[in-house]
Order: sequence, then C-alpha cells, then structure tokens
Amino acid sequence: MAALLQVSGLHASYGLTRVLHGIDFAMDEGTITTLLGANGAGKTTTLRALCGMVKTQGQVRFSGERIDGKAPEDIVRKGIAHVPDGRGTFVNLTTEENLRLGAYTRRDRGAVEADLERVYGYFPRLKERHTQQAGTLSGGEQQMLAVSRALMLRPRLMLLDEPSFGLAPLIVRELFEILRTVNAKEKVSMLVVEQNAAMALELADHAYLIETGRVVLSGTTGEIKSNDAVRRSYLGY
Amino acid sequence: MQELLHQVLAGLATGGIYASLALALVMIYQATHLVNFAQGEMAMFATYLAWSLINAGMPYWPAFLLTVVLAFVLGVVIERVIIRPVENAPVLAVVVVFIALLVILNSVTGWIYSYTIKSFPSPFPAEPIFGQYVTSHQGGAIGVTLVVLLLLFLFFRYTPLGLAMRAAAQNPDSARLVGIRVGWMLALGWGLAAAVGGVAGMMVAPIVFLDPNMMGGVLLYAFAAALVGGIDNPAGAVFGGFLVGVLENLLGAFVIGNELKLAVALVLIIGVLVVKPSGFFGKVLVTRV
Ligand SMILES: Nc1ncnc2c1ncn2[C@@H]1O[C@H](COP(=O)(O)OP(=O)(O)OP(=O)(O)O)[C@@H](O)[C@H]1O
Ligand SMILES: [Mg+2]
Repeated sequence: MAALLQVSGLHASYGLTRVLHGIDFAMDEGTITTLLGANGAGKTTTLRALCGMVKTQGQVRFSGERIDGKAPEDIVRKGIAHVPDGRGTFVNLTTEENLRLGAYTRRDRGAVEADLERVYGYFPRLKERHTQQAGTLSGGEQQMLAVSRALMLRPRLMLLDEPSFGLAPLIVRELFEILRTVNAKEKVSMLVVEQNAAMALELADHAYLIETGRVVLSGTTGEIKSNDAVRRSYLGY
Repeated sequence: MQELLHQVLAGLATGGIYASLALALVMIYQATHLVNFAQGEMAMFATYLAWSLINAGMPYWPAFLLTVVLAFVLGVVIERVIIRPVENAPVLAVVVVFIALLVILNSVTGWIYSYTIKSFPSPFPAEPIFGQYVTSHQGGAIGVTLVVLLLLFLFFRYTPLGLAMRAAAQNPDSARLVGIRVGWMLALGWGLAAAVGGVAGMMVAPIVFLDPNMMGGVLLYAFAAALVGGIDNPAGAVFGGFLVGVLENLLGAFVIGNELKLAVALVLIIGVLVVKPSGFFGKVLVTRV
C-alpha cells in the first residue's frame, strides 16, 4: 500500500531565510503521526509547507498525487484540514458561522447539518455559544472551535498545530480522547505537532524528531519514548 | 412644521443615496482597508451606460437591471485588471491607482459623452404619489435604496457565498485554509460595490443631472456617512448616510443656506475624525490577545 502522505526532500524558506532543509517522512492511512522538536525547529513551517502556505521545493505526495506547489484552497479540496498555529479564528463571525466555513468546500448540505450536531456532541460548550462572536470565546474554546472547524471538512488527513495550546490539563485529556475517537471511528489520519511530547507520544503511532529543519530521528512512538536523548530533552525524565 | 417634514423626507431620499454609496465604500474597505476614491466615478460611468441604453430605446427598468449587471461586471474587471496587480503594493501606490482610476473614468466619460449636462429620467411619475411632502422620485428613491439594502443584508447574512465573502475579508489566510478563493471574493466584492454604486448613480442623476462630475459631492457625503457610522460597520454606514442626508437638508434649508451645504460634509468628516475616529458605530474590535 502506498503511503497516504509521502514527503521527500522538502525545503521551505521565508524570503531568503531557509527554514526546512530537506525533510523526509511518510505516514500511512488511518495512522497518527507526531512531529516533535524544540521551538523554532520548523514544525509549524512543515505543516504550512504541506498545505501550500509557504514556498517550497521537494515533493509532497498525498495518496500518490503530487500536491506540492498547489494553493491552500486546492489542497483542502483533496481532504486535508489544517488546524493552524494561532487557531485561525474568524473573530467577527459567530461560532456556528466559523464551523460552517469549515465545510465550505462540501456540497452535501444535509450531511453538513448532521456534522454540525456531531461536533457539538464532541464539544457541547460550542453549542452553548453557537451565536456568540467567535473572537470573544476563551482561548480554550477557540482551540476547540479550530479543531471542530477542521472536522467539519470530513477530512482524510488532519494537520494539527499544537492542539493543546492554552488548554487546561483536563480539557487536553478530553481533546486527545476526542482525537483518538475520531481517528478510530472515522479513520481520519492525523499529523500532530505538540509541545506536550508525552501526550503526543501517547496518542500517536509514529513520531519524527525535527531539529533545525531536518528529521534527526524517527520510529514508532514506543521506540522514540525509550530513546535517551528524547527522554532527556522532551519528556524531562 | 410641514416644511420641516418635507425637508426631512427629502433628506432621507438623498440620504439613501449616500447610504448606498457609503455601503459600497465600506464593502471595499472591509476587504482591503482602503477607501476607493473612484467609487463615485464608477457609479457615474454606470449611470451614463444607463443613459445610453435608455436613449437607445430600452424601457427604464430593463435598462436599470442591465446597468446593474454591467456595473457589476465593470467592478469585477477593474479589480482583476487594475487592482489585483497592486495588491501587495504600498498603500500610497494603491491610493494613486484609485485616483488615476477616478481621473481616467471621468475624462473617458467626458470624451465619449461630452461634459454638457444631460437630464436623466426618473422611473417614477411627476405627480406626487406618496402624499404632498415628498416628490414621487424622492419616495421611490427611498424605496429602491431600502430594497437594495435589504437584498445585500440577506445576501451577506444568509447565503454561503455571502459568508465566504465576509470570511475572506476578515481573515484571508484562514479563509484559504477552508478552501475559499479569496481573490475571487475580492473581485465579487468590487462587483457588488460597483452595482450598488450604479443604483445610487441612477437614483441621484434625476436630482443632480447627468455630468461627469456629478458624483464628486455625493462621494464626499458618502465618505462622511461612512466615517460617521464607522468605516468598518455596514449598518453604521447606512445609518450615517440617512443622518448626513437629513442634516444636510435641514441645515441647508434653515440654518446656513445651500451655498455652504457641502462644507457640512467636510465639517462632519473632520469633526468625527477628531472626536471619535472609529465613527459612532465603528467596531471596537473585540478580540482576545
Ligand atoms: N513568517 C516568518 N518569517 C520569517 N521567519 C519565520 C517565519 N515564521 C517562522 N520563521 C522562522 O522559521 C523557523 C521555524 O519556525 P517554526 O514556526 O516552523 O518553528 P516551530 O518548530 O513551529 O516552533 P514552535 O515550537 O516555537 O512553534 C524559526 O527560526 C522562525 O524564526
Ligand atoms: Mg510552531
């Protein structure tokens, strides 16, 4: 079986500053992969590169098809949803309008209504606040909204940039539980960037460690967890 | 008393026209954070197109509708061909492009149609139909304005495309991530603004007559209206339009006379900018930091 996502020799730069120096990794359909790395290693940039938000060189294949060089609005139509760094909330729109925008490219209106109820089922808080201006939601609520907006696409692959950012520990557990459920029940593949390496390694099947724009270590989460360097730097024990 | 009522109603009629044009300004402002100084000339050009159609023998309302469509297309084309290339240029460069557009439209119209003043027909009868305090055209213009405003409101509030346009204007990056073609939304916004401006032009032309400079004063009032209401608030701009129209008429009739009327707009603009820069209904954006 060909990999769902196959990245080879991915370079990316902001202006003249090159940030990614040839990233290689792959993930299979239905799996959860996590990218670990220190601040500034290039994790956010990698996710941005995958969905066409920064200029890149190298190859990105999704389901065998080249998607590098395509625009974000075309890549999302392939079924890749991005929960961006900073949440990307439409602050002047209501919670529900934000969610509906997640399904903007879908044409199955009836199923979209059902999915709205489905994400409200995951995050009842959002339902309570469905007419509230999204910019006035708390940071954690906006994070839930960002994840929900991505779910509204019914994506094949979700790119999650620090989904636990700003969430209370209890809510983080809940969110990761929901991600696990979505992955198991709906076969949505996920590529997760996390500061909370312990939680991410718990959730994922595979992990890649990125340092200054290069993959320096990869393996199953079991292997990575038992790596001494990772333990010291990212797990803190 | 009757005179007062008459002046208020007349003010509402022109106010509706300012409101439409103010709304067109706000639509472009929200998407680009720039004030389209050429909005008035685009409306003027559309009105000349309507005049040509009517003169060629087309009945008023079909000519009206066709003009709205043509204005829309003109707006889209202007965005694609002239505005798009300077998308990422510094603000001043874009302002120069707007002013160039203003001058070009003005002189091209003058060249095609000459600068002599023409009369423009009203679709409403000459005898009063809405009672004695307001001419039929004034009453009709208020009606047309309200219909346009209602249609725009319904479009932006309740249709997926309207929602997408609002999203694209607010947060282009996130909009692209959910699949919205932001560039086209901008072009559509220009088209809609131009169409609304075209309606305003056709409604004001029977009052101010048709000439290439007819929208200069109107644009100034519309700009004042948009600032009074808050340049980022469509409802505020509409309210501002009606307010400026009524104020202009009352002050002109009872206080300062017609000669100084245009100065009212400028005083309002400066006054608002000094006292309340975000306008009276300008969104004090509620975001968490
Ligand atoms: N818009 C930008 N313009 C210029 N340089 C940038 C930009 N965004 C990121 N960088 C640089 O690229 C490098 C990688 O940034 P990136 O955001 O990908 O890191 P990250 O791994 O996500 O870090 P963090 O854990 O802090 O989120 C950093 O050195 C950063 O300074
Ligand atoms: Mg990051």
